[in-house]
Amino acid sequence: MRVVLTGNHAAAYAALLSRVEVVAAYPITPQTQIVEKLAEFIEEGRLKAKYIRVESEHSAMAAIIGASAAGARTFTATASHGLIYMNEMVFWAGNARLPIVMAVVCRALAPPWNIWTEHTDILAQRDTGWIQFFCEDNQEVLDTIIQAFKVAEDDRVLLPVMVGLDAFILSHTATPINVPEQEDIDRFLPPRKPLPFILDVDNPLTHSNMTYPDQTMEFRYRLQKAMERAKRVIVEVDEEYGRLTGRRYSGLLDCYRCEDADLGVIVMGSSAGDAKEAIDKLRDEGYKPGVVRIRVFRPFPREELREICRGFKAIAIIDRDLSPGLGGILYTETLTSLYDLGSRPIVQNYIAGLGGRDISVSDFKLIVRELYRSIEEGVETIPIRWIGVEGVKL
Amino acid sequence: MEMLETPLSKPSEGSAGITGYWRTFKPVINKSKCVKCLLCWIYCPEGTVIRINDSVDINYMYCKGCGICANECPTKAIDMVLEEEI
Amino acid sequence: MSLKIKDLPIEDYWLSGNPSCPGCPASLGLRLLMKTLGPKTIVVIPACCSTIIQGAYPKTSANFPILNIAFAASAAAASGIVEALELKGRSNVNVVVWAGDGGTVDIGLQALSGAAERNENIVYVCYDNEAYMNTGIQRSGATPYGAWTTTTITGKKEHKKNLPLIMAAHGIPYVATASISYPIDFITKLKKASKIYGMKYIHLHSPCPTGWRFPSSKTIEIGRLAVLTGTWVLYEVENGIFKLNPPSNVLIDRNKRKPVRSYIKIQGRFSHLTEKNIDELQRYIDRQWETYLKLLSIGKIY
Repeated sequence: MRVVLTGNHAAAYAALLSRVEVVAAYPITPQTQIVEKLAEFIEEGRLKAKYIRVESEHSAMAAIIGASAAGARTFTATASHGLIYMNEMVFWAGNARLPIVMAVVCRALAPPWNIWTEHTDILAQRDTGWIQFFCEDNQEVLDTIIQAFKVAEDDRVLLPVMVGLDAFILSHTATPINVPEQEDIDRFLPPRKPLPFILDVDNPLTHSNMTYPDQTMEFRYRLQKAMERAKRVIVEVDEEYGRLTGRRYSGLLDCYRCEDADLGVIVMGSSAGDAKEAIDKLRDEGYKPGVVRIRVFRPFPREELREICRGFKAIAIIDRDLSPGLGGILYTETLTSLYDLGSRPIVQNYIAGLGGRDISVSDFKLIVRELYRSIEEGVETIPIRWIGVEGVKL
Repeated sequence: MEMLETPLSKPSEGSAGITGYWRTFKPVINKSKCVKCLLCWIYCPEGTVIRINDSVDINYMYCKGCGICANECPTKAIDMVLEEEI
Repeated sequence: MSLKIKDLPIEDYWLSGNPSCPGCPASLGLRLLMKTLGPKTIVVIPACCSTIIQGAYPKTSANFPILNIAFAASAAAASGIVEALELKGRSNVNVVVWAGDGGTVDIGLQALSGAAERNENIVYVCYDNEAYMNTGIQRSGATPYGAWTTTTITGKKEHKKNLPLIMAAHGIPYVATASISYPIDFITKLKKASKIYGMKYIHLHSPCPTGWRFPSSKTIEIGRLAVLTGTWVLYEVENGIFKLNPPSNVLIDRNKRKPVRSYIKIQGRFSHLTEKNIDELQRYIDRQWETYLKLLSIGKIY
């Protein structure tokens, strides 16, 4: 069925098709429409689920943890301050290995108040033990949330998943998308299996009591191993979903015109579309750049990224986020991955689009042309560049 | 023990070991004074006053010797005796 | 017909040999809680002494399922469990929160208030030892006036937060106070709470030998003195009807109440109090009683 949906409503339809059983959420712009729509589905009887109208995001995640520990398939959504407010419980869910799925509408943090796109909120959660997806468009939001349940609940994984979509650019922009049939999704995603750690009065176990230093590290090791296994599972699930719907997202990384590219633009989220358009135009001018869109930030696709970057002379890393005092977070993670490549490309970090500032096609063209100049001039390192900041020249 | 993906613990007496070793004073029941009111049983924080029908005994393996039973006994049928003296 | 000690089940689901301090009211409280509600009960525990007294992985002193959860999160986590069980048709299970005073009157209050306002089907028991005992005796909103703690070394300057009445102001179906020294009263209230649908709140006064500085044998005696002096008042608010329970009902006449001095003199945490301080504590207790007597005269308060 082809319908026109905003990114928020695409997320809600994904949760509906995934037959989530417990939703607990708190309103926050620009996420609110996701849970409004789910409340509507539940009240209309289209979705057999419980909606817990909690008094905060901290309680939203706590309630979801309780419901997931009791065996339910659970979903919530948040953004920005809501995500940071629930941070303690986000860690709890990760360390408890509960297969929760959460949509995160990526939005800037105050002050000053700002409700528009930025990735600093979701990237601040990168160490919580959650798998993290970033979506390029509304179709991918719907498809990824359905895939996320399958990945989260896989015996080899058992990890919560957050699915990031950019504020307003995706959340509030309506585009035509394909909504799969319920019966297809039911085949793809059967009901959640009872796991060994469900709260059960017939098998009285204590969840997560005190654990001493000689045991705790073993659980962290298992978490790391589950993340590593998740890479394979994400690809498998994406392939299976592709066979079912005809749509797939190349698993962890989405590479655009990279086969013969000598320069790569690394990007996450909705601005990948503009980057691709810029690359098409630059190709017409005789350049040979490509775009690498990081679809999965955790587990970080280290090996996959290294394989692709091997052929590049230079890389532009576009960060819609900032780790003040260091630079872009994607930049840092990418550099770490490339460190022991035999011959390393020039790597340049661009901070762009913070607080919802536009990153235009011409910005990408400017970035790529500058980087080609750097290659010609044989420059090895250039300071972090800020795109479009008043008084700061590229 | 096989480790699961997340810490799950199984019910076990003595999760803190043989807590009877903690005792300095030991409750000793004088059965001739006991009126079987079961107050010592219901007030024991440890569940170490064992109830057999209406009479009581002490589980010395885990009794920590807090002395609540002796303090609450209405007929003073429980003495707290220094461990070394036994 | 009132319950007799002899009628109580022999079975315990809270097991011996746990790491609680000798004379611990939380250990006794958990034992009574589970003896009453039985094995079809899931307990949610936030950070508090009961986090520790379960024992350490891979053992637990709980022969019933526990979900440990972060400090502020217990009422919300319990809400999630309740809703999941209802959805899956497993509503014959008691979902209980067992939280200390810090996790209830301070950091956990927002989640508790939210769950109460939603009337979640939870039995919430706050075992109140009147300070952050697990972290080593720091002042909480439930610490009484004058009490020494490691963060109020000259005595707390403010009075105790009256959480049971705050919970009653939510209009939930059942609110009760209880004392670890009155097990039959506590058990009767637990039994009643488990049969009511919606949010039930029981505030269990729990004298702590370690934090209050008294010998471990005196836990019950001191809890009893709290009631006999009228410092802790046993009452219920059932569907809005305020009722004093027998141990406190006989104290309506002020002259029947022992002076507060007899309660505080055997506790090290009050050893520094001056006559003026003791008078202030007594006046506070008298004022509280005026409030309860007004509520009693109103009868149905919501």
